[in-house]
Amino acid sequence: MDKGRRKFLKVAGAAAILLGSKPAVNAIASGGEEEHSTAKKRDVRYAMVIDTRICLQHEDCHDCENACHFNHNVPKIDGKKEEIKWIWRDKYENVFTDQQHDYTIERLKGKPFVTLCNHCDDPPCVRVCPTQATYQLDNGIVTMDMHRCIGCRFCMAACPYGSRSFNWSDPRPNIEKQNPDYPTRTRGVVEKCNFCVERVTIGKKPHCELACKHGAIVTGDLTKKDSAIRKLLAENQVIRRKPTLGTNPEVYYII
Amino acid sequence: MIEKALSGSRNYQIWIVILLTIIGAGVGLFVYQTIEGLGVTGMGRDITWGIYISQFTFLVGVAAAAVMVVLPYYLHNYKQFGPITVFGEFMAVGTVVMCQLFIFVDMGQPMRVLNVILHPTFNSVMFWDMTVLCGYLGLNLVIGWIMLSSEHKDTEPPKWIKPFVYLSIPWAVSIHTVTAFLYSGLPGRHYWLTAILAPRFLASAFAAGPALLIILLLIVRKVSKFDPGKEAIQTLAKIVTYAMILNVFFMLLEVFTAFYSNIPGHMHALEYLFVGLHGKSALVPFMWFAAILAFGGIFFMLFPSIRANEKYLAILCGVIFMACWIDKGLGLILGGFVPTPLHDVVEYTPTFVELMISLSIYAIGALIVTLLYKIAIGVKEERIYD
Repeated sequence: MDKGRRKFLKVAGAAAILLGSKPAVNAIASGGEEEHSTAKKRDVRYAMVIDTRICLQHEDCHDCENACHFNHNVPKIDGKKEEIKWIWRDKYENVFTDQQHDYTIERLKGKPFVTLCNHCDDPPCVRVCPTQATYQLDNGIVTMDMHRCIGCRFCMAACPYGSRSFNWSDPRPNIEKQNPDYPTRTRGVVEKCNFCVERVTIGKKPHCELACKHGAIVTGDLTKKDSAIRKLLAENQVIRRKPTLGTNPEVYYII
Repeated sequence: MIEKALSGSRNYQIWIVILLTIIGAGVGLFVYQTIEGLGVTGMGRDITWGIYISQFTFLVGVAAAAVMVVLPYYLHNYKQFGPITVFGEFMAVGTVVMCQLFIFVDMGQPMRVLNVILHPTFNSVMFWDMTVLCGYLGLNLVIGWIMLSSEHKDTEPPKWIKPFVYLSIPWAVSIHTVTAFLYSGLPGRHYWLTAILAPRFLASAFAAGPALLIILLLIVRKVSKFDPGKEAIQTLAKIVTYAMILNVFFMLLEVFTAFYSNIPGHMHALEYLFVGLHGKSALVPFMWFAAILAFGGIFFMLFPSIRANEKYLAILCGVIFMACWIDKGLGLILGGFVPTPLHDVVEYTPTFVELMISLSIYAIGALIVTLLYKIAIGVKEERIYD
């Protein structure tokens, strides 16, 4: 099986060279070296673990959403059509669409689960963006340049998690109280969770993690073997959303 | 040559005025949309592309008509297509401009459109789509114009044009393939995630494009002294028939794979389109109407005696064009968004603003085709009178 795959990659690589496509060759070559790892080799790889066991004990808690949306000037717009959300909660059946059966235990059935951008290791949104307005940092975070976004919404079609929102109209009138420390957006651009890139790159924790007084959200660097996040991953069975799509989501859920 | 478009019969002038009126209304509404944002359309967080992008997708296909006349004429020396190649090319010019406009009006920040060129991103299919569309527009405009002006001057076309003519053939295939790749490479959108999408695009393109060309040529014959030739039209009719059969065949292959494999993701969109899903069924009547048109159109086109009658042929071409329009200009894009990534079924209804802007882009296409055809007819009539 593996041999066949390697042979295929070799042939594909040769074909890619013929087409003069260097990035493709690099991608295929790096995929071939790491046979057991699904993610790319990085010096830093930020990720998140959500302990839904804790989260479900506080069903009415919206602290993470409120902290994130206030600090990032995310407008509050009612109605499914134009709403903008970076982190929110949706039903178990909607968040884990491939985990459904008729006998789901009551503890999970219809219960709210936190969902946000998965900061995929192989993000389709970055792949499709025609202007590199959505891009990935070396630390794995998928973030955006709002001034470059042309609003084509190709990324929204590409994201298999529905994690992206579009500013269908001017968002500013719908921001209750503006946070002067973070920019607001204009109409006509896409936005999403940025893993608090403005904070984690200077050593601070993301807003959602800080706001969660129950400690259900833990972020950290996956490359550090002794980090809290690695400890959680080592001790608990976790699931990810739609892992079969090859996006390598980096938000892990303890169920 | 251009002066030929500046004067014409009373009907010609009225037609131009009607088109300009629609265009004017659309431009006004586009300004309104630009100021207010895309919230004035029916699109939303879950159905992020609507009538604009689906028209773009459909019209990329219509632009194919050019290659269906260029290929037999230049590669197989099929003489009957000689006099009509320019009409195929000019139709492609009009439709490709429409495609570009539909993308433009769909953008949240249309003023930033040049970012696609300022920051070229080779891993984005959108970048390549822009490249192939602009290239196809240029090729057809240059080839059509040079060929026509040689005819006008009664000289042989310059030799340098030949490589461009040959290039335009694979280029026509590329615009459909790359447009299909916009969709067929997205994980998690099962209705689009299929290798047959590009062949399906090509098949429906080679049906809808020549079908429209036949209708246009019949109009040209009616309003001018130029006769496109009965045999040329009949050959186009055969192309339409075979391409439409392939198109329906490819669609049925999708149905087989989805339902025999029984994989829910693959079945959902088809269920939504043809029977409804979670009680939502806005597109069901459209899709069945399209299916009836497609099968009915093919059935009657198969009889040589029926398609030889140009009155019936015009109707059948309209029927097939309509079937392709519903399938690709409506069902394909909207169906791809069902269910949403979080498995909801959300429906979309275009707004008046959206429909009017779309109509005015069609009017711009019609205006371009009218003006270019007027010039072409003028040149062709000159030769008849000489």
